Amino acid sequence: MLLIFVFILSIFLGFELINKVPSQLHTPLMSGSNAISGITIVGALVAAGHTENSVFATALGVFAIVLATINVVGGYVVTDRMLRMFQSKKKQP
Amino acid sequence: MTTQLQELGYIVSAVLFIIGLKLMSAQSTARRGNAISAVGMLLAVVVTLMQRGLEFHWIAVGLVAGSLLGTVMAMRVKMTAMPEMVALFNGFGGLASLFVAWAEYDFRPGMTAATAAPTILAILVGGVTFTGSFVAFAKLAEWMPGKPLLFRGQLPLNIVLLLVSLVAATLFSMAPESSVLWLWAAIALGLLLGVLLVIPIGGADMPVVISLLNSYSGIAACAAGFIISNTVLIVSGALVGASGIILTQIMCKAMNRSLSNVLFGGVGAGVGGTGTDLQGEPRPISTGDAYYVLESASSILIVPGYGMAVAQAQHVVKELAEILENNGAEVRFAIHAVAGRMPGHMNVLLAEADVPYEQLAETNDVNPLMPSVDVVLVIGANDVVNPAAREDKSSPLYGMPIINVDQARTVIVMKRSMKAGFAGVDNPLFVAPNARMLFGDAKQTLQALVGEFKSASA
Repeated sequence: MLLIFVFILSIFLGFELINKVPSQLHTPLMSGSNAISGITIVGALVAAGHTENSVFATALGVFAIVLATINVVGGYVVTDRMLRMFQSKKKQP
Repeated sequence: MTTQLQELGYIVSAVLFIIGLKLMSAQSTARRGNAISAVGMLLAVVVTLMQRGLEFHWIAVGLVAGSLLGTVMAMRVKMTAMPEMVALFNGFGGLASLFVAWAEYDFRPGMTAATAAPTILAILVGGVTFTGSFVAFAKLAEWMPGKPLLFRGQLPLNIVLLLVSLVAATLFSMAPESSVLWLWAAIALGLLLGVLLVIPIGGADMPVVISLLNSYSGIAACAAGFIISNTVLIVSGALVGASGIILTQIMCKAMNRSLSNVLFGGVGAGVGGTGTDLQGEPRPISTGDAYYVLESASSILIVPGYGMAVAQAQHVVKELAEILENNGAEVRFAIHAVAGRMPGHMNVLLAEADVPYEQLAETNDVNPLMPSVDVVLVIGANDVVNPAAREDKSSPLYGMPIINVDQARTVIVMKRSMKAGFAGVDNPLFVAPNARMLFGDAKQTLQALVGEFKSASA
């Protein structure tokens, strides 16, 4: 029950946080939040690392780690690349 | 399993995500926000690895492989290909959540209904996210046609599949131990639904779909969090889910259409009305004549669209804009919220080309001033400048707010051919008396224009 409570509050928080983003930041925001959705990596680490797991579950976990890491690392790097462009432009008026 | 210290680490990590997202909503702090959110992710990973009884062997392999692949992909992708890259990353996240849920089911004997429900949800939503994002990727990368793919009975089929999925999910949750067949069915159904839901959506509606799929990947991660009772997964999954929904809403509003119309309308498939037939002939203009028109103009508005991205013309657009300014003209860029293939697509490209932020304007800012604009240069935009959206009730675009370029004194439209836009709708702008068509590849045409200016000043 407590987890559901946390979930509901987080949804509201998400709406409040994102609501007033200027349109020029929509793409970085999307790819940045996309990187956050790779948090599923935490579940993947546990699934791949448990010694008592079957080979099958470990394999699923390792695939999940690879995919989630691509999502996380790629997402953050690509977002940073975009935001760097937004910034360099500001410095030379 | 988790210690107090770990819980504390997860809380800090969730706070870093929240602060990161908050900072990402302002231009000056956005980069720092992204870095803070990345630190939060690193912390979550480290804290998880502290858990006792983990075998690091395979974990290391997975982390290294994923980091290398992710970095290479992210560094090598061209800014013009950003929508498909985001779609691809998103799909990977969805598939990862599916795998996590499947693995949890496999090694957790005696699963209760409270764990089974999020398991099946993560599998369904993760599957939809994966194949849906992949179809979106294929459409954006032009591996498959961007036009909507429709067939008879598509909507009823989707509804039936959705209902079957819900039934499978319920039956599975009631008796998870003995229901491995329902689990397999859910995997297949999720993957199938992802394909079927995205193939009927046209290229022009991609900003909506990408935002929605982004939201789904958050929901899938959130469901995975409920399986392993992990708060950081639940919080961050919910944040992403909410932000995706908001972007989806903003995109729908920019097109003045409902979400269900975007998802099931199949706009641009050539079924139903495609608007009134065009009256009149398009008038082509040569590069040389276009040069004279631009040379004598004192206020110029540039409207970029997907065509600019395809031709990778953003740098030469910037070069031309500078030349025009040095020539004494006032130059602005008008950016429609759904121009391009993802939210904010044009802003990213113009930022890459170093176009000053002050020159960018949104639809509502430029429309009132339109009659005083001498020349509008439309570069590969089509549906967002289609006056039928304002005037023609039979047009599928009717009601969408557009940039009213037809009200300017002269409009020069750069376009590859007279083909209809991605929405597949004819555009009366092209035959308007004040419009001239400049056919050809946007980049080459713009380079030719820049050349004209340079040779004139030499």
